[in-house]
Amino acid sequence: MKQAGMKEEVVLSLRNAVHRYDVNTEVILPDLAVKKGEHRLILGQSGTGKSTLLHILAGILKPTEGMLEISGTDLYAMKEADRDEFRGRHIGLIFQQMHLIDSISVMENLLLAAMMAGMEQDKDRAEKLCRHLDIWEKRHSLPETLSQGQKQRVSIARAVMNRPSLILADEPTSSLDDVRTEQVIAMLTEQAAEAGATLVISTHDRRLMNHFEHRTLLGGNPGQDGKPEQDGKEVHP
Amino acid sequence: MNLWTLTIASLRKRALNSLLNILLLSLGIATIVTLLLVSTQLEDNLYENAEGVDAVVGASGSPVQIILSSVFHMDAPTGNIDLEEAVKVIRHPMVERAIPLALGDNVRGFRLVGTTTEYPGRAGAELSAGSYWDYEFEVVAGSVVAEALNLQVGDTLYSAHGLSDAGHVHGDHGLMVVGILAPTGSVMDQLLLSAVETMWGIHSYEVDTVKVDSEELDSATASAADSDHDHTHAHEQDIDHHAQDDHAGHTHAKGRLVTDTSYLNPANLDEQITSLLIEYRNPLAAAQFPRFIMDQTNLQAAAPAIEITRLLGLLGIGLDAIQIFAYILIFASLLGIFIALLNSMKDRKYDLAIMRSLGAPRRKLFTLFTLEGITLSIAGTILGMILGHTAVWVLTGTITEAQQFQMSAFRFLPEELWLLGISLAAGLIASLIPAIQAYRTDIAETLTKT
Repeated sequence: MKQAGMKEEVVLSLRNAVHRYDVNTEVILPDLAVKKGEHRLILGQSGTGKSTLLHILAGILKPTEGMLEISGTDLYAMKEADRDEFRGRHIGLIFQQMHLIDSISVMENLLLAAMMAGMEQDKDRAEKLCRHLDIWEKRHSLPETLSQGQKQRVSIARAVMNRPSLILADEPTSSLDDVRTEQVIAMLTEQAAEAGATLVISTHDRRLMNHFEHRTLLGGNPGQDGKPEQDGKEVHP
Repeated sequence: MNLWTLTIASLRKRALNSLLNILLLSLGIATIVTLLLVSTQLEDNLYENAEGVDAVVGASGSPVQIILSSVFHMDAPTGNIDLEEAVKVIRHPMVERAIPLALGDNVRGFRLVGTTTEYPGRAGAELSAGSYWDYEFEVVAGSVVAEALNLQVGDTLYSAHGLSDAGHVHGDHGLMVVGILAPTGSVMDQLLLSAVETMWGIHSYEVDTVKVDSEELDSATASAADSDHDHTHAHEQDIDHHAQDDHAGHTHAKGRLVTDTSYLNPANLDEQITSLLIEYRNPLAAAQFPRFIMDQTNLQAAAPAIEITRLLGLLGIGLDAIQIFAYILIFASLLGIFIALLNSMKDRKYDLAIMRSLGAPRRKLFTLFTLEGITLSIAGTILGMILGHTAVWVLTGTITEAQQFQMSAFRFLPEELWLLGISLAAGLIASLIPAIQAYRTDIAETLTKT
């Protein structure tokens, strides 16, 4: 999937990042420079450091070395509380497991995103998202009454609720069939475009390769032609 | 959407668990509140009823029994004392005031007390209807008695021998209600008062009394209190009571004219009374008067202040035991809240990680968990208070002794506010460890484990 009118401003910049879990476990992460409005796929098999990379990009795991800038802000130079607030306002996160809060309704889950970020709870926006993502009828229902597809849509709606400048999605399609995968990717890219946000998807799902113009391959994954590609290499078909 | 709605939603999600914790805590609190209400009101009532009474002089026996029977009208008296001996006490220079009490009869369980008009006056009682007695066999009813027996001025009652609702009914001596007291909140409300001579008059004709069962007694009293008042109570056979008067349309036999001092007439010296309520002339009397009673009479003097303190001390042992049990209940329930919150913390670690990923600072999650603990403890405390007051309300409605002490379920004690504060603090403490764990939630580590 290609984006029109992409600007040159770098929204996300990761440089020289290394994370050591212990003396024997070190994850060396590729440098990244993702521009505003860009849709970037990070592809890698299990154990290649996808989750570590995504957590670092989300500001929830401080790298042992290196620097992350989002919209020109050095995220890990901030105090933790400021970083929490920054994340709430500027980064939308989508997880493989939807992790909706079970005790509150769909609408409340959306408003929760604003509340936790300390932002105004825009009920109109939450309702609009419910309509756009076809969960209007379920807006007052508890998550346990939703289908997997509906939960995924709520999860996407929650991620874009605060109009973030960066949307990070972790394995959003790994357990879906081809049809549902197409739908979810379409929804994600559409919502990212609507919010004017940069989209970064981390996955091992090779079906997504053709949907993204910008790809970063982790762990020497084989390319589409079966030849191995360099770790962290950016691919521009 | 705010932390409060999130707290309520979370507790609602674990409704059964939350409810059980609230119930357990409320049982402990209810026990404490009931004990507080009963013991405080009992103590207040005991001291209030004894106010102005420095000593009670009665027949030798248990001093507690003398106080209970003569001040609180709860127990049987230790016996009677000769008026001749009582007069020596009344005229003692250290006695400022001595009020005679003659007990021994009841009307449907309410005690009939032969005394002087000083007795209700001492308790601050005022008449809400009618007047005090001028003649033998005229009675003034306490407010509770009047309400319970549906009495009005002009009604006629029949007393029975003894202090409980059974015994020989003095069917030949109708007692006319001439006055009704306004509520005092003291034992006065539960009594029927008359002149000392009334008690002597009733018993001087015991040879003529008839024994009736309690059903007949009820019937006799009820018919006497009937609102149409068209029946006649004539006691012409009472040779001393020949005066006739018309009360509200019916004829009633009257006794002799009486005053507050007429019972001291030398002609009555061979009679007996039950006790004397003594007010000292000066504080020195507290040391000297009991010695006089002990050394120079066959009577006994008991000081209400001392006996009440002793009685409350004895009661206190039982109350303390119940209180300890209640505190154990409260502690168990707080432990329950702690365990529930800890389990909830474990169950919701992904929720917490998500909230953190949505931008929630650590302190927000800490607040969320402390709010849950505090909400549970406050809900349990408030429910406990409601249950405690309800228990007192049921007690006062069903147990005669509680009615006698004029206990109110609607009285709120400052200690209850303390209880609420302590409970709030305990809820906070119970939620502290889960809240700290929530505070320490590591988003990356938690989400990686999914």
